[in-house]
Amino acid sequence: MTDTVVRASGLSKRYGSFTAVDAVDFSLEDGRIYGLLGRNGAGKTTIMQLLTGQIFRSGGQLEVFGHEPAEHADVLRRLCFIAESQRYPDDFTPADALTAAPWFYENWDAGFAQRLVADFRLPLKRRIKKLSRGQLSAVGVIVGLASRAPLTFFDEPYLGLDAVARQIFYDRLLADYAEHPRTIVLSTHLIDEVANLLEHVILIDHGRILLDRDADEVRGSAATVAGPAAAVEEFVADRPVIGRQSLGGLASVTIDGALDRDDRFAAAELGLEIAPVSLQQLIVHLTGHDLTGPTAEEEAA
Amino acid sequence: MDDSRPLFIQIAERIENDIVDGVLEEHAQIPSTNELAAFYRINPATALKGVNQLVETGIVAKRRGIGMFVTDGARAQLIERRQADFADRYIRPLIIEAEKLGIGPDQLAALVRSERIES
Repeated sequence: MTDTVVRASGLSKRYGSFTAVDAVDFSLEDGRIYGLLGRNGAGKTTIMQLLTGQIFRSGGQLEVFGHEPAEHADVLRRLCFIAESQRYPDDFTPADALTAAPWFYENWDAGFAQRLVADFRLPLKRRIKKLSRGQLSAVGVIVGLASRAPLTFFDEPYLGLDAVARQIFYDRLLADYAEHPRTIVLSTHLIDEVANLLEHVILIDHGRILLDRDADEVRGSAATVAGPAAAVEEFVADRPVIGRQSLGGLASVTIDGALDRDDRFAAAELGLEIAPVSLQQLIVHLTGHDLTGPTAEEEAA
Repeated sequence: MDDSRPLFIQIAERIENDIVDGVLEEHAQIPSTNELAAFYRINPATALKGVNQLVETGIVAKRRGIGMFVTDGARAQLIERRQADFADRYIRPLIIEAEKLGIGPDQLAALVRSERIES
Protein backbone atom coordinates (compact mmCIF):
# COMPACT_ATOMS: atom_id res chain seq x y z
CA MET A 1 0.00 0.00 0.00
CA THR A 2 2.74 2.43 0.92
CA ASP A 3 5.41 3.30 -1.59
CA THR A 4 9.05 3.16 -0.77
CA VAL A 5 10.60 6.58 -1.19
CA VAL A 6 14.18 5.71 -0.28
CA ARG A 7 15.94 2.40 -0.62
CA ALA A 8 19.52 2.09 0.62
CA SER A 9 21.49 -1.12 0.69
CA GLY A 10 25.09 -1.41 1.75
CA LEU A 11 25.23 2.37 1.52
CA SER A 12 28.69 3.64 2.51
CA LYS A 13 30.57 6.89 2.64
CA ARG A 14 34.29 7.00 3.35
CA TYR A 15 36.52 10.03 3.75
CA GLY A 16 40.03 8.64 3.35
CA SER A 17 40.44 6.08 6.09
CA PHE A 18 37.40 7.37 8.00
CA THR A 19 34.13 5.57 7.38
CA ALA A 20 31.28 7.99 8.06
CA VAL A 21 28.53 5.65 6.88
CA ASP A 22 29.26 1.94 7.05
CA ALA A 23 27.20 -0.26 4.71
CA VAL A 24 23.76 0.65 6.03
CA ASP A 25 20.52 -0.92 4.80
CA PHE A 26 17.26 0.92 5.34
CA SER A 27 14.22 2.21 3.54
CA LEU A 28 11.86 5.14 4.01
CA GLU A 29 8.19 4.65 3.24
CA ASP A 30 5.95 7.33 1.80
CA GLY A 31 3.95 9.50 4.17
CA ARG A 32 5.72 8.80 7.43
CA ILE A 33 7.59 10.91 9.96
CA TYR A 34 11.00 9.43 10.74
CA GLY A 35 13.38 10.24 13.53
CA LEU A 36 17.01 9.93 12.47
CA LEU A 37 18.72 9.85 15.82
CA GLY A 38 22.21 9.40 17.17
CA ARG A 39 25.10 11.21 18.76
CA ASN A 40 27.15 13.94 17.12
CA GLY A 41 29.38 12.44 14.46
CA ALA A 42 27.29 9.28 14.24
CA GLY A 43 26.73 9.79 10.50
CA LYS A 44 23.21 11.28 10.44
CA THR A 45 24.07 14.36 8.41
CA THR A 46 26.21 12.32 6.01
CA ILE A 47 23.27 10.01 5.36
CA MET A 48 21.00 12.97 4.67
CA GLN A 49 23.61 14.51 2.35
CA LEU A 50 23.80 11.22 0.45
CA LEU A 51 20.02 11.03 0.17
CA THR A 52 19.75 14.60 -1.09
CA GLY A 53 22.50 14.19 -3.68
CA GLN A 54 24.89 16.66 -2.04
CA ILE A 55 27.67 14.10 -1.82
CA PHE A 56 28.39 10.85 -3.65
CA ARG A 57 28.38 7.46 -2.01
CA SER A 58 31.55 5.39 -1.78
CA GLY A 59 29.70 2.10 -2.00
CA GLY A 60 26.38 0.31 -1.97
CA GLN A 61 23.10 1.10 -3.66
CA LEU A 62 20.83 4.11 -3.21
CA GLU A 63 17.50 4.93 -4.80
CA VAL A 64 15.44 8.01 -4.00
CA PHE A 65 12.08 8.07 -5.78
CA GLY A 66 13.45 5.24 -7.87
CA HIS A 67 16.61 6.98 -9.07
CA GLU A 68 20.13 7.90 -8.14
CA PRO A 69 19.49 11.26 -6.40
CA ALA A 70 22.64 13.13 -7.45
CA GLU A 71 21.96 12.67 -11.16
CA HIS A 72 18.24 13.38 -11.45
CA ALA A 73 16.91 16.93 -11.36
CA ASP A 74 13.33 15.66 -11.11
CA VAL A 75 14.28 13.75 -7.95
CA LEU A 76 16.05 16.76 -6.42
CA ARG A 77 12.96 18.90 -7.06
CA ARG A 78 10.99 16.68 -4.71
CA LEU A 79 13.48 17.03 -1.86
CA CYS A 80 13.93 19.70 0.76
CA PHE A 81 16.90 19.68 3.11
CA ILE A 82 17.05 22.15 5.98
CA ALA A 83 20.55 22.11 7.41
CA GLU A 84 21.61 23.00 10.92
CA SER A 85 23.38 26.11 9.66
CA GLN A 86 21.63 26.98 6.44
CA ARG A 87 23.62 29.56 4.41
CA TYR A 88 22.09 32.39 2.41
CA PRO A 89 23.63 35.08 0.21
CA ASP A 90 25.01 37.89 2.37
CA ASP A 91 22.56 40.63 1.46
CA PHE A 92 19.48 38.38 1.49
CA THR A 93 16.51 39.16 3.73
CA PRO A 94 13.97 36.54 4.88
CA ALA A 95 11.59 38.09 2.34
CA ASP A 96 14.11 37.32 -0.43
CA ALA A 97 14.52 33.75 0.79
CA LEU A 98 10.76 33.22 0.74
CA THR A 99 10.48 34.82 -2.72
CA ALA A 100 13.15 32.49 -4.08
CA ALA A 101 11.76 29.36 -2.46
CA PRO A 102 9.03 28.58 -5.05
CA TRP A 103 11.75 28.36 -7.73
CA PHE A 104 13.05 25.26 -5.96
CA TYR A 105 9.90 23.75 -4.44
CA GLU A 106 6.99 23.02 -6.74
CA ASN A 107 4.53 22.51 -3.87
CA TRP A 108 5.46 25.80 -2.20
CA ASP A 109 2.55 27.36 -0.28
CA ALA A 110 3.15 31.12 0.02
CA GLY A 111 0.11 31.64 2.25
CA PHE A 112 1.31 28.99 4.69
CA ALA A 113 4.76 30.63 4.70
CA GLN A 114 3.14 33.99 5.55
CA ARG A 115 1.24 32.47 8.46
CA LEU A 116 4.44 30.86 9.75
CA VAL A 117 6.29 34.19 9.50
CA ALA A 118 3.63 35.67 11.80
CA ASP A 119 3.77 32.63 14.14
CA PHE A 120 7.54 32.92 14.52
CA ARG A 121 7.50 36.75 14.53
CA LEU A 122 10.18 36.76 11.88
CA PRO A 123 11.31 40.25 10.72
CA LEU A 124 11.01 39.89 6.95
CA LYS A 125 13.01 42.95 5.91
CA ARG A 126 16.02 42.52 8.17
CA ARG A 127 19.17 41.23 6.51
CA ILE A 128 19.71 37.57 7.27
CA LYS A 129 23.19 38.07 8.67
CA LYS A 130 21.69 40.50 11.23
CA LEU A 131 19.16 37.93 12.45
CA SER A 132 19.51 36.21 15.80
CA ARG A 133 20.42 32.52 15.80
CA GLY A 134 16.80 31.62 16.58
CA GLN A 135 15.42 33.86 13.82
CA LEU A 136 17.83 32.27 11.36
CA SER A 137 16.58 28.85 12.40
CA ALA A 138 13.00 30.09 11.94
CA VAL A 139 13.77 30.94 8.30
CA GLY A 140 14.86 27.33 7.73
CA VAL A 141 11.87 25.88 9.55
CA ILE A 142 9.46 28.05 7.54
CA VAL A 143 11.10 27.07 4.23
CA GLY A 144 11.07 23.41 5.26
CA LEU A 145 7.39 23.41 6.21
CA ALA A 146 6.03 25.60 3.40
CA SER A 147 8.03 23.69 0.76
CA ARG A 148 5.70 20.71 1.29
CA ALA A 149 8.39 18.71 -0.44
CA PRO A 150 7.46 15.02 -0.77
CA LEU A 151 10.66 14.20 1.13
CA THR A 152 11.70 16.82 3.67
CA PHE A 153 14.74 16.65 5.93
CA PHE A 154 15.17 18.76 9.05
CA ASP A 155 18.73 18.41 10.33
CA GLU A 156 18.84 19.89 13.86
CA PRO A 157 16.65 22.70 12.55
CA TYR A 158 16.20 24.67 15.71
CA LEU A 159 19.43 25.93 17.14
CA GLY A 160 18.53 29.04 19.16
CA LEU A 161 14.76 28.52 18.91
CA ASP A 162 13.15 28.88 22.32
CA ALA A 163 10.72 26.36 23.79
CA VAL A 164 7.67 28.30 22.55
CA ALA A 165 9.00 28.50 19.01
CA ARG A 166 9.86 24.80 19.01
CA GLN A 167 6.35 23.93 20.14
CA ILE A 168 4.96 26.08 17.31
CA PHE A 169 7.19 24.15 14.91
CA TYR A 170 5.95 20.76 16.20
CA ASP A 171 2.29 21.83 16.15
CA ARG A 172 2.44 23.30 12.65
CA LEU A 173 4.38 20.30 11.40
CA LEU A 174 1.77 17.85 12.74
CA ALA A 175 -1.20 19.87 11.50
CA ASP A 176 0.25 20.41 8.03
CA TYR A 177 1.45 16.82 7.76
CA ALA A 178 -2.08 15.63 8.61
CA GLU A 179 -3.48 17.75 5.77
CA HIS A 180 -0.65 17.07 3.34
CA PRO A 181 0.94 13.73 4.18
CA ARG A 182 4.56 13.44 3.05
CA THR A 183 7.78 11.85 4.19
CA ILE A 184 9.58 13.84 6.84
CA VAL A 185 12.93 13.03 8.42
CA LEU A 186 13.72 14.78 11.68
CA SER A 187 17.24 14.63 12.98
CA THR A 188 17.52 16.02 16.46
CA HIS A 189 19.06 15.76 19.89
CA LEU A 190 15.86 16.90 21.57
CA ILE A 191 14.48 13.39 21.42
CA ASP A 192 11.96 13.66 24.24
CA GLU A 193 10.38 16.66 22.55
CA VAL A 194 9.79 14.92 19.24
CA ALA A 195 9.33 11.32 20.40
CA ASN A 196 5.52 11.43 20.13
CA LEU A 197 5.63 12.91 16.64
CA LEU A 198 7.65 10.07 15.19
CA GLU A 199 6.17 7.03 13.53
CA HIS A 200 9.50 5.32 13.01
CA VAL A 201 12.93 5.61 14.57
CA ILE A 202 16.31 4.95 12.97
CA LEU A 203 19.20 5.13 15.42
CA ILE A 204 22.71 5.61 14.01
CA ASP A 205 25.95 5.04 15.88
CA HIS A 206 29.46 4.99 14.40
CA GLY A 207 28.00 5.02 10.89
CA ARG A 208 25.85 1.94 11.49
CA ILE A 209 22.19 1.38 12.26
CA LEU A 210 21.60 0.33 15.86
CA LEU A 211 17.83 0.43 15.78
CA ASP A 212 15.29 0.62 12.94
CA ARG A 213 11.84 0.20 14.45
CA ASP A 214 8.39 1.71 14.77
CA ALA A 215 8.34 4.28 17.55
CA ASP A 216 5.47 2.48 19.25
CA GLU A 217 7.49 -0.74 19.38
CA VAL A 218 10.36 1.12 20.99
CA ARG A 219 8.14 2.71 23.59
CA GLY A 220 7.89 0.45 26.61
CA SER A 221 10.58 -1.86 25.22
CA ALA A 222 12.84 -1.06 28.16
CA ALA A 223 12.30 -0.39 31.85
CA THR A 224 14.33 0.65 34.84
CA VAL A 225 14.08 -1.46 38.00
CA ALA A 226 15.19 0.14 41.26
CA GLY A 227 15.42 -0.97 44.85
CA PRO A 228 17.64 -2.97 47.23
CA ALA A 229 20.60 -4.25 45.17
CA ALA A 230 20.12 -7.93 46.02
CA ALA A 231 16.43 -7.86 45.03
CA VAL A 232 17.19 -5.95 41.84
CA GLU A 233 19.87 -8.45 40.87
CA GLU A 234 17.48 -11.33 41.52
CA PHE A 235 14.85 -9.73 39.33
CA VAL A 236 17.15 -8.90 36.39
CA ALA A 237 19.20 -12.12 36.60
CA ASP A 238 18.09 -13.58 33.26
CA ARG A 239 17.21 -10.36 31.46
CA PRO A 240 19.38 -8.31 29.10
CA VAL A 241 20.82 -5.40 31.07
CA ILE A 242 21.58 -2.19 29.17
CA GLY A 243 22.32 0.16 32.07
CA ARG A 244 23.32 -0.10 35.68
CA GLN A 245 23.73 2.38 38.53
CA SER A 246 24.19 1.84 42.22
CA LEU A 247 24.10 3.91 45.37
CA GLY A 248 25.16 2.17 48.54
CA GLY A 249 22.93 -0.88 48.90
CA LEU A 250 20.54 0.36 46.23
CA ALA A 251 20.67 -0.44 42.56
CA SER A 252 18.92 0.88 39.49
CA VAL A 253 19.15 -1.37 36.46
CA THR A 254 17.75 -0.75 33.01
CA ILE A 255 16.69 -3.83 31.10
CA ASP A 256 15.85 -4.33 27.45
CA GLY A 257 12.52 -6.03 26.98
CA ALA A 258 8.97 -5.19 27.93
CA LEU A 259 7.59 -6.18 31.32
CA ASP A 260 4.21 -7.83 31.48
CA ARG A 261 1.74 -7.67 34.32
CA ASP A 262 3.14 -10.73 36.12
CA ASP A 263 6.64 -9.22 35.95
CA ARG A 264 5.27 -6.09 37.55
CA PHE A 265 3.62 -8.00 40.36
CA ALA A 266 6.82 -9.97 40.93
CA ALA A 267 8.77 -6.73 41.13
CA ALA A 268 6.26 -5.20 43.53
CA GLU A 269 6.46 -8.26 45.77
CA LEU A 270 10.25 -7.88 45.85
CA GLY A 271 9.75 -4.26 46.89
CA LEU A 272 11.09 -2.90 43.60
CA GLU A 273 10.07 0.24 41.75
CA ILE A 274 9.64 0.06 38.00
CA ALA A 275 10.03 3.21 35.95
CA PRO A 276 9.49 3.62 32.22
CA VAL A 277 12.43 4.47 30.00
CA SER A 278 11.84 7.28 27.54
CA LEU A 279 13.09 7.05 23.98
CA GLN A 280 15.79 9.58 24.89
CA GLN A 281 16.94 7.57 27.90
CA LEU A 282 16.92 4.39 25.85
CA ILE A 283 19.13 6.00 23.23
CA VAL A 284 21.51 7.28 25.89
CA HIS A 285 21.77 3.71 27.16
CA LEU A 286 22.27 2.24 23.70
CA THR A 287 24.80 4.77 22.42
CA GLY A 288 26.46 6.06 25.59
CA HIS A 289 29.32 4.60 27.57
CA ASP A 290 26.81 2.98 29.79
CA LEU A 291 27.96 0.26 32.08
CA THR A 292 26.17 -2.92 31.24
CA GLY A 293 28.72 -4.55 33.47
CA PRO A 294 32.12 -3.63 34.82
CA THR A 295 34.21 -1.93 32.11
CA ALA A 296 37.51 -3.35 30.94
CA GLU A 297 39.37 -0.79 33.05
CA GLU A 298 37.39 -1.70 36.13
CA GLU A 299 38.02 -5.39 35.54
CA ALA A 300 41.72 -4.69 35.28
CA ALA A 301 41.84 -2.53 38.41
CA MET B 1 0.91 10.13 27.94
CA ASP B 2 3.52 8.04 29.67
CA ASP B 3 6.55 6.24 28.33
CA SER B 4 5.85 2.78 29.65
CA ARG B 5 3.29 1.67 27.07
CA PRO B 6 2.65 2.15 23.37
CA LEU B 7 0.96 5.47 22.65
CA PHE B 8 -1.79 3.96 20.53
CA ILE B 9 -2.96 1.89 23.51
CA GLN B 10 -3.03 5.02 25.64
CA ILE B 11 -5.09 6.83 23.00
CA ALA B 12 -7.58 3.95 22.90
CA GLU B 13 -7.79 3.98 26.71
CA ARG B 14 -8.47 7.72 26.85
CA ILE B 15 -11.37 7.35 24.46
CA GLU B 16 -12.61 4.34 26.44
CA ASN B 17 -12.42 6.45 29.62
CA ASP B 18 -14.54 9.13 28.00
CA ILE B 19 -17.11 6.49 27.09
CA VAL B 20 -17.16 4.97 30.60
CA ASP B 21 -17.44 8.46 32.14
CA GLY B 22 -20.28 9.34 29.78
CA VAL B 23 -18.36 12.22 28.16
CA LEU B 24 -18.78 10.34 24.90
CA GLU B 25 -22.25 8.84 24.75
CA GLU B 26 -23.30 5.89 22.66
CA HIS B 27 -23.88 6.90 19.02
CA ALA B 28 -21.69 9.98 19.58
CA GLN B 29 -19.00 10.73 17.05
CA ILE B 30 -15.47 10.45 18.36
CA PRO B 31 -12.79 12.98 17.32
CA SER B 32 -11.06 12.37 13.98
CA THR B 33 -7.54 10.96 14.00
CA ASN B 34 -6.17 14.35 12.92
CA GLU B 35 -7.98 16.03 15.81
CA LEU B 36 -6.65 13.43 18.24
CA ALA B 37 -3.14 13.85 16.80
CA ALA B 38 -3.22 17.62 17.15
CA PHE B 39 -4.73 17.52 20.66
CA TYR B 40 -2.35 14.93 22.10
CA ARG B 41 0.57 16.09 19.91
CA ILE B 42 1.20 12.68 18.49
CA ASN B 43 1.72 11.22 15.05
CA PRO B 44 -1.61 10.81 13.18
CA ALA B 45 -0.69 7.22 12.29
CA THR B 46 -0.45 6.48 16.02
CA ALA B 47 -3.86 8.04 16.63
CA LEU B 48 -5.30 5.97 13.78
CA LYS B 49 -3.83 2.81 15.29
CA GLY B 50 -5.52 3.64 18.61
CA VAL B 51 -8.88 4.19 16.92
CA ASN B 52 -8.47 0.99 14.89
CA GLN B 53 -8.00 -0.93 18.11
CA LEU B 54 -11.39 0.39 19.27
CA VAL B 55 -12.90 -0.72 15.97
CA GLU B 56 -11.48 -4.22 16.43
CA THR B 57 -12.97 -4.54 19.90
CA GLY B 58 -16.32 -3.21 18.66
CA ILE B 59 -16.27 -0.06 20.81
CA VAL B 60 -16.57 2.26 17.85
CA ALA B 61 -17.70 1.67 14.28
CA LYS B 62 -17.03 3.50 11.07
CA ARG B 63 -19.76 5.20 9.09
CA ARG B 64 -18.34 5.59 5.66
CA GLY B 65 -17.59 9.16 4.73
CA ILE B 66 -18.75 10.55 8.07
CA GLY B 67 -16.49 9.29 10.81
CA MET B 68 -16.26 6.97 13.81
CA PHE B 69 -19.14 6.52 16.24
CA VAL B 70 -19.52 4.88 19.63
CA THR B 71 -21.46 1.64 19.20
CA ASP B 72 -24.56 0.37 21.00
CA GLY B 73 -23.58 -1.34 24.21
CA ALA B 74 -20.00 -0.01 24.12
CA ARG B 75 -20.22 1.37 27.64
CA ALA B 76 -21.59 -1.87 29.10
CA GLN B 77 -18.86 -3.84 27.33
CA LEU B 78 -16.13 -1.56 28.70
CA ILE B 79 -17.50 -1.70 32.23
CA GLU B 80 -17.68 -5.47 32.09
CA ARG B 81 -14.09 -5.68 30.90
CA ARG B 82 -12.88 -3.29 33.57
CA GLN B 83 -14.70 -5.15 36.31
CA ALA B 84 -12.93 -8.33 35.23
CA ASP B 85 -9.64 -6.43 35.41
CA PHE B 86 -10.38 -4.69 38.68
CA ALA B 87 -8.81 -7.20 41.06
CA ASP B 88 -5.58 -7.44 39.07
CA ARG B 89 -5.23 -3.74 38.50
CA TYR B 90 -6.25 -2.35 41.86
CA ILE B 91 -6.74 -4.99 44.57
CA ARG B 92 -3.52 -6.92 44.09
CA PRO B 93 -1.18 -3.89 44.29
CA LEU B 94 -3.22 -2.68 47.28
CA ILE B 95 -2.70 -5.97 49.11
CA ILE B 96 1.02 -6.05 48.33
CA GLU B 97 1.42 -2.59 49.87
CA ALA B 98 -0.87 -3.45 52.81
CA GLU B 99 1.19 -6.56 53.61
CA LYS B 100 4.35 -4.47 53.48
CA LEU B 101 2.85 -2.13 56.09
CA GLY B 102 1.43 -4.90 58.26
CA ILE B 103 -2.19 -4.01 57.53
CA GLY B 104 -4.30 -7.16 57.81
CA PRO B 105 -7.46 -8.04 55.85
CA ASP B 106 -9.88 -6.80 58.54
CA GLN B 107 -8.10 -3.50 58.98
CA LEU B 108 -7.94 -3.12 55.19
CA ALA B 109 -11.68 -3.77 54.88
CA ALA B 110 -12.35 -1.23 57.62
CA LEU B 111 -10.21 1.33 55.80
CA VAL B 112 -12.09 0.77 52.56
CA ARG B 113 -15.41 1.12 54.36
CA SER B 114 -14.44 4.35 56.15
CA GLU B 115 -13.13 5.82 52.91
CA ARG B 116 -16.50 5.07 51.31
CA ILE B 117 -18.42 6.83 54.09
CA GLU B 118 -16.26 9.95 54.02
CA SER B 119 -16.45 10.47 50.27
